Amino acid sequence: MTISYRMNATSVAIVFCLFFVSTLIWASPIEDRQQIRAFYQQLFPQLKLADYAQGVYAIDPDAKASWLAIEEFPPYELALEQGEILFKQPFANGSGYADCFANKGIAIAQNYPYWDKQKQQIITLASALNECRQNNHLPPLAYGKGEISYLLAYMAFTSRDQLINTQIPDDSPAALAAYLQGQAYFYQRRGQLNFSCASCHLDNAGKYIRSEILSPALGHTTHWPAYRLNTGEMGTLHRRFMVCNKLIRAPVDPAQSNALRQLEYYLSFMDFGLPLNGPSTRK
Amino acid sequence: MSTIKIRSKHLADYTLVRTLIAHPMETGKRKDDDTGELIPAHFIQTMNFYLNQQLMSQCQMGVGVAKNPFFSFHIKATQPGDIISISWTDNLGYSDTAKHIIQ
Repeated sequence: MTISYRMNATSVAIVFCLFFVSTLIWASPIEDRQQIRAFYQQLFPQLKLADYAQGVYAIDPDAKASWLAIEEFPPYELALEQGEILFKQPFANGSGYADCFANKGIAIAQNYPYWDKQKQQIITLASALNECRQNNHLPPLAYGKGEISYLLAYMAFTSRDQLINTQIPDDSPAALAAYLQGQAYFYQRRGQLNFSCASCHLDNAGKYIRSEILSPALGHTTHWPAYRLNTGEMGTLHRRFMVCNKLIRAPVDPAQSNALRQLEYYLSFMDFGLPLNGPSTRK
Repeated sequence: MSTIKIRSKHLADYTLVRTLIAHPMETGKRKDDDTGELIPAHFIQTMNFYLNQQLMSQCQMGVGVAKNPFFSFHIKATQPGDIISISWTDNLGYSDTAKHIIQ
């Protein structure tokens, strides 16, 4: 009798504590963003907000020097040229990619990803491209690399220096839920190595992992698609997410799956106001 | 669209000329992921580098060079208006050439 009474009391206390703590910890997305930025500000006091768009090169002077040398004659130029041709090529029915987007698809990448109230899901630039193809009775492109990365390269290039404008609509609780799931994905440990995104890119940002310096999570969505020097080809943001999951030996969520879209939504919201500088070259 | 991109830049005591060539550079040893058949060799064999129509350098290339090869050259004593031209020929008989005027 006493035992069960004690247990009841403990569980009530635990529930009360959880409730109390959660009301204390729960912060609005904008407060999350302020906290993350304050954290990085303390970690890298020498950086201004826009510097985070350079990724790891903002905190690694040696790598930055070689990166700047590569950017003078960047290897993504071939993909960019091909992307422009693909983008301007009309479909069989006479319309083209430009007709599917606001402002003819020029300088709009900063508005993606966004929450679509009618479809009740996150629309990324890559998914919008494939939706455009579907509306014109064309088979969707494979996400990750190849043709879609060339198209994204051209669209990113026309959007250079635009400021990321990802918002969470106030009147849409489902958008907030998607953001929170993206945030949970960022902090959730998983895989055989039991790492979360935050383990490397928040807790240990700026430290070495073997020979490489870990990049801060702030700025992770600014520069896609990227020509990776390790693969020698263009890759999309979601491909990079997949590689991360593989490296920590976790189940790999496919590109443009709900989980990765939510992660992109969360990261883009953190990056609000950062300049876009894609396509880019990365190690 | 030319497969050859050329850029030049003046540095302290020389001009840096850089070129990026779009080419598959297939070795002939790789297999197609889907069919399992060998992909036929297709690689650049010679690349010529001219300054004002005078041959400055000839590269004999083989399958050891990576896809989309990148080269850079240092040239002393160039003047604005000098013309650089670069051309390549591959083992299947394809070729391309491109010109660039030094500013």
